[in-house]
Amino acid sequence: MAGDKLQVTFEADGSLSAPLTLFYPYNRTLGTTVARFLSSLADKRIEGTKAQDGRVFVPPAEFDPSTGTPLTEWVQVGDEGTVVQWSWQPAPFEDNTLDQPFAWALILLDGADVPMLHAVQAKAAATMSIGMRVKAVWAEDRTPEISAIRCFEPVGG
Amino acid sequence: MRDVAIVAFSEGPVTFGSTSTPVEMIVPTVHDVLKQAGIERTDVDFWCHGSCDYMTGQPFSFVSAVDALGAWPPIIESHVEMDGAWALYEAWIKIQTGEAEVALVFGNGKSSAGDMNRALSLQQDPYTVAPLWPGMTAMEGLGACAALQAGTVTERQMAEAASRARRDGAKNGNVLVSGNESADELLSRPVTAAPFRDHDIPAMADGVSAVIIATGDVAKKIAKRPAWIRAIDHRIDHQNLGWRDLARSTSAAIAASEVGVHKDKVDVAELHTTFSHHEQLLINALQLRPDATSITPSGGALVGNTLMAAGLSRFGHAARSIFSGSADRAVAHAQQGACLQQNIVAVLEGN
Repeated sequence: MAGDKLQVTFEADGSLSAPLTLFYPYNRTLGTTVARFLSSLADKRIEGTKAQDGRVFVPPAEFDPSTGTPLTEWVQVGDEGTVVQWSWQPAPFEDNTLDQPFAWALILLDGADVPMLHAVQAKAAATMSIGMRVKAVWAEDRTPEISAIRCFEPVGG
Repeated sequence: MRDVAIVAFSEGPVTFGSTSTPVEMIVPTVHDVLKQAGIERTDVDFWCHGSCDYMTGQPFSFVSAVDALGAWPPIIESHVEMDGAWALYEAWIKIQTGEAEVALVFGNGKSSAGDMNRALSLQQDPYTVAPLWPGMTAMEGLGACAALQAGTVTERQMAEAASRARRDGAKNGNVLVSGNESADELLSRPVTAAPFRDHDIPAMADGVSAVIIATGDVAKKIAKRPAWIRAIDHRIDHQNLGWRDLARSTSAAIAASEVGVHKDKVDVAELHTTFSHHEQLLINALQLRPDATSITPSGGALVGNTLMAAGLSRFGHAARSIFSGSADRAVAHAQQGACLQQNIVAVLEGN
């Protein structure tokens, strides 16, 4: 980061400190399963894989959790679902898809058998409840990433 | 199997905002544990370290930690990218293979180097979860929500766990937070990160802990009353929170069953409770009877969560209850990952 000035701070005990911001820039091949899942998100479709016992996994399981068999049967699920569990984020991180306090939820999408984690845009913790219905809000500029779904929002506002 | 015992334990100061390097933090604690055991560093056959490069901010940071041990004459050492409790497990295996008689195990971490709540998002799936940055507290909140909904943990039990941790922390002294509030007082405080109140969330801390384990006759020479590791086992649940039953800790229950926690009385159980609801989940999984067992008398990680060391500290404090004679049979537990994903359980006995 040539040209950036190092921000050195004098601590109370006489030591010096300077920030060190770590990041991990890498590109990896996603593999066929995750690649298909994330690509479908960019096309506003949510897809999962069907395990041998019939359960639909979203995000997709690459291998059957019980038998280890590669899973290749795909199922499109709904972009609406039910909140199974939730918790409140009072102070969002800068990397979150929402910049105001919001909820996290494990959401059982219609047609899926395993809930997936995502953010829920809610006015207050008091408006959240187990069993509430939520719907995906798609990001305007979608790349094949989980954040192609910007968040979920309560059905009916 | 060879008889192996914990024979010494030292815990460095539990602080937040240390300006020391990892080596500077480790040296005094390693010296202290050797002093307690009355042995020299050259008596140690195997060194094993638990820490996290990501927290240190430097790849292979554990290599520089060897400076704290003294690398000449050459030593045999290893490292796990896990809490020190898992380093203890590796050292225990090393002794079982006959390659060592005495091992020094240590774990260290400096939570204050960054925002650990945010950073621990990176323990999750790198494509479908981590890029959303859910954070440790929010993920644990989902687990607590599941447990409260299923009735495996109650809000009162969470407050009681926090209340006891704060009282026991005051007695311990080497913790970040303490207090004398009753469970009722804690319950009257506001919910800040639903379902949590502030006291349900761990106080992140910087710290080091070190333990010496030794086999048979060597252990008897070092300690008046060694804490014999009768059984030790570790298990793991799936990483994906949606695939697991968060209302119970399946892997902790398997590990506890494997080591036979329930087969006899348990005088002391040092549980690695980082969030208040973990305590009841672990009591359920380990089938403990709180009326007959002293639960985490050290105060535990809720009042000073020295990431990468707090689990090993639980082993150390459980062993201390054997050293002092206050317990004949103790259980040590450590965990890692979101929502009790990985659990290690050991039974320690004085006789």
